[in-house]
Amino acid sequence: MTDDELIWRISGGSGDGIASTSQNFAKALMRSGLNVFTHRHYPSRIRGGHTYTEVRASADPVESRGDGYNFLLALGDSFARNPQEEAVYGNEEIKPLSENLDELREGGVIVYDEGLLDASEIPNFDERVEENDWHVFPLDLRGLARDQGREVMRNTAGVGATCALTGMDLDHVQDLMRDAMPEKILEPNLEILQIAYDQVREEYDVDAPDVSVPTGEHDETQLLMSGSDAISYGAIDEGCRFIAGYPMTPWTEVFTIMTQNLPKLGGISEQVEDEIAAAALAVGASHAGVKAMSGSSGGGFALMSEPLGLAEMTETPVVLVEAMRAGPSTGMPTKPEQSDLEHVLYTSQGDSQRVVLAPGTVEEAYEQSRLAFRLAYEYQIPSILLYDQKLGGEMKNVPKSHFDREPNPTLGKTLSEDALADEPHSADGKFHRFQHDVEDGVSPRSIPGQKGGRFLATGNEHDPTGHIAESPDNRVAQIDRRTQKLEAIRDDLDEEDTGSYAGPEDAEYGILTFGSQQGTVEEAVGRLNDAGISVKSYGVSDMLPFPTEQVEAFVASVDEVLVVEMTASGQFRGLVQKNLGRYGEKLSSLLKYNGNPFEPAEIVDGFEAAVVEGDGDASGHQTTFVPAAGD
Amino acid sequence: MSTFSAIGEEREIDRDEYTPGVEPQPTWCPGCGDFSVLKALKQALPEVGRTPEETLLCTGIGCSGKLNSYLDTYGFHTIHGRSLPVARAAKLANPDLEVIAAGGDGDGYGIGGNHFVHTARENHDMTYIVFNNEIFGLTKGQTSPTSPKGHKSKTQPSGSAKEPIKPLSMSLNAGASYVARTAAVNPNQAKEIITEAIEHDGFAHVDFLTQCPTWNKDARQYVPYIDVNESDDYEFDKTDRVEAAEMMRETEESLYEGEVLTGRFYVDEERPSYGAEKQAIGEMPDEPLAERYWDDDYEWERSHDMFLDKHA
Repeated sequence: MTDDELIWRISGGSGDGIASTSQNFAKALMRSGLNVFTHRHYPSRIRGGHTYTEVRASADPVESRGDGYNFLLALGDSFARNPQEEAVYGNEEIKPLSENLDELREGGVIVYDEGLLDASEIPNFDERVEENDWHVFPLDLRGLARDQGREVMRNTAGVGATCALTGMDLDHVQDLMRDAMPEKILEPNLEILQIAYDQVREEYDVDAPDVSVPTGEHDETQLLMSGSDAISYGAIDEGCRFIAGYPMTPWTEVFTIMTQNLPKLGGISEQVEDEIAAAALAVGASHAGVKAMSGSSGGGFALMSEPLGLAEMTETPVVLVEAMRAGPSTGMPTKPEQSDLEHVLYTSQGDSQRVVLAPGTVEEAYEQSRLAFRLAYEYQIPSILLYDQKLGGEMKNVPKSHFDREPNPTLGKTLSEDALADEPHSADGKFHRFQHDVEDGVSPRSIPGQKGGRFLATGNEHDPTGHIAESPDNRVAQIDRRTQKLEAIRDDLDEEDTGSYAGPEDAEYGILTFGSQQGTVEEAVGRLNDAGISVKSYGVSDMLPFPTEQVEAFVASVDEVLVVEMTASGQFRGLVQKNLGRYGEKLSSLLKYNGNPFEPAEIVDGFEAAVVEGDGDASGHQTTFVPAAGD
Repeated sequence: MSTFSAIGEEREIDRDEYTPGVEPQPTWCPGCGDFSVLKALKQALPEVGRTPEETLLCTGIGCSGKLNSYLDTYGFHTIHGRSLPVARAAKLANPDLEVIAAGGDGDGYGIGGNHFVHTARENHDMTYIVFNNEIFGLTKGQTSPTSPKGHKSKTQPSGSAKEPIKPLSMSLNAGASYVARTAAVNPNQAKEIITEAIEHDGFAHVDFLTQCPTWNKDARQYVPYIDVNESDDYEFDKTDRVEAAEMMRETEESLYEGEVLTGRFYVDEERPSYGAEKQAIGEMPDEPLAERYWDDDYEWERSHDMFLDKHA
């Protein structure tokens, strides 16, 4: 991290184009050679309400949202105030300005749309501006856009003003608009951009901007991509051509991206009646010989527990993605949390076997989406890709070369008809789909329609031919074989080495985390080391099978460990302790569960409070992060 | 050798091919109506020319689910109520398979009721046989969605206050393109209807009245039935939705009070199957998707080449 960074927050009402405007602006910054990272905050409603997106841009790599931000573009909630009738029918019209001030850094810039927002409605506004040395630019963005014929284009006016105030060249924004906008709206947008830019430069002294856009340069082509994009492309590259689902935030993003792309690739997408059906369809398609996936978020995934168990018992490969949001029940639909960890580890009855992977970054989301498919099909086991609303929705730049890999459409141990005709698969005239004695536990399968491979898949315990069997010897042999696969997968994952380490190897302290908090933790580790505190981090990405040896080695190598996660009950810490069986006295927790992901400074502060300033005996105590007022 | 050479193989098929060689006797009770479904399928499949290895039979849970153990095809004995979503995905993945789903009245009309409505709505090209004995059999005699109003059981000791489900009307209204009812007590009609249902290009729903001699001795399915297609008393056009609906209303009321009416109630040969509709709008490949995984010459597209430029 460097002080030379722009963190630009655009705020308005849902449906006002905040997401698309911020995405375009982030892409323009990326094209100018900077590293970018976006953070989204939105309410569970279609139009109106307070929403914002932050775009962080720096010459250095950025893997996290920052601490607060330094440029606010407050556009106003057009759905709280009807611009035509001047009628107010919401009580949130001033929120795009008022709700954001707590996190604006000292010396920061505020541009607000005085056509829609009235700063005098905000208590103590002038005092706060003076106290924090903020620079305020009230601009009639709405009027300006209206003069050019399209009031909705006030977003573009705001971007023009941003460029004027931060010293950013308009070139990249203009190029991007030409690429992204249809002809019909391109010209007026370009005009509004220029007019707003010129007007700000004429009216204000902007030669020495208080907040500037840094300069940077990339060696190779960069892409702006979200976690949901990366998961989808990973699935496609691994040969997935069938998806079934039911909409639920935030899983809908992956479902939508897959649905838009699969037909172009000769694949199939099905929106079905409920999540039980969705997962059952994925199982049915996979049984018929296709690489298939389904997914949902917490409440929908709860319904998938049944087909998940069926996939385990029938050893049908399938990938389910679980996009966590705050629970239980409907919880907070648009807010991130990591509290479905235990749900996906333990849901479904019986001694069940599955793989659970939790990517930490956009890059890892691509890799582990591919890995989830590879493991599912090689080992005939359901894989769950566990991520959260933060990772799914955040965007960052990734080199294009990261995705330049060969496709892998192989189905794993699936027999050709020639092979099916050979012994021993046709012993006693029957195909033994579920043989007891196979190395690594994976018994080769056949696909319906193949000659010589006829078998029965059943959710009941079954004998090698697939028929229902309850003899004690068979039961033990089958369950041992299915469990044996997990050992083979553990070895496989050791080769893969999917965890992420940061900080000096010989550090005194450690931080353990999983999933989407990994980037933020790594930034905090950098800052702590800069401040002379010797600490390293390990972002664990395999939840099941758990990398016990690696985590044990990490914990053993340091004096104390802080476990950072977005849960209230310390679910990840519980998983660590369950697998390690000792070292519990070294662990303390930093938890956040107010609907917002960690900022790096919160981890720095939390670490100092819990570990460094602790009385030297942090034995097993649990530090719950208490969110600041207004957060 | 083709990947799925069992599919479309033209040869004389012996009914015994569908009988598992080493299996024990079915565990259905003596006199159970389920034997008739098994027999009808064994007669119908060779007649249609479908081999065991190109047939995928998906069942739910309960006595009906055991069908998989006694009919030796490719099989998927799924979970309670979920045979349809598994079956329809397999059909989409490989439309060349002959896909048959089966379940009981609790399985198909109760716990799986939602899937039933939506599968009928989509008109997947498959056959769905519901073993309707108006009782939960394998769990030992509880009231089911098709038990008559007033039916007494351990779980409805005062007699059920609920109207029974009207499955024929349900599937007609949902969009099934073939709706019929047959009964275990008439094996000839059962065989003919199952044969037609398999040959039908669309969702063929067969409500199969199967007596439960152990738990539901009172069911009126034991009384002689009338075939509405053969009786002069019931003239109607089975291709006309309105007339079919009226006929179904009649049979669904009389099942519990008057005569037991069976036969073909609705047949729509015009409506395209779901797979055909999906292909027509470009959302499904013309060749079976499952074949692609065995085609060594197929060039698998990569996100790198297809989608990434829009992120640059």
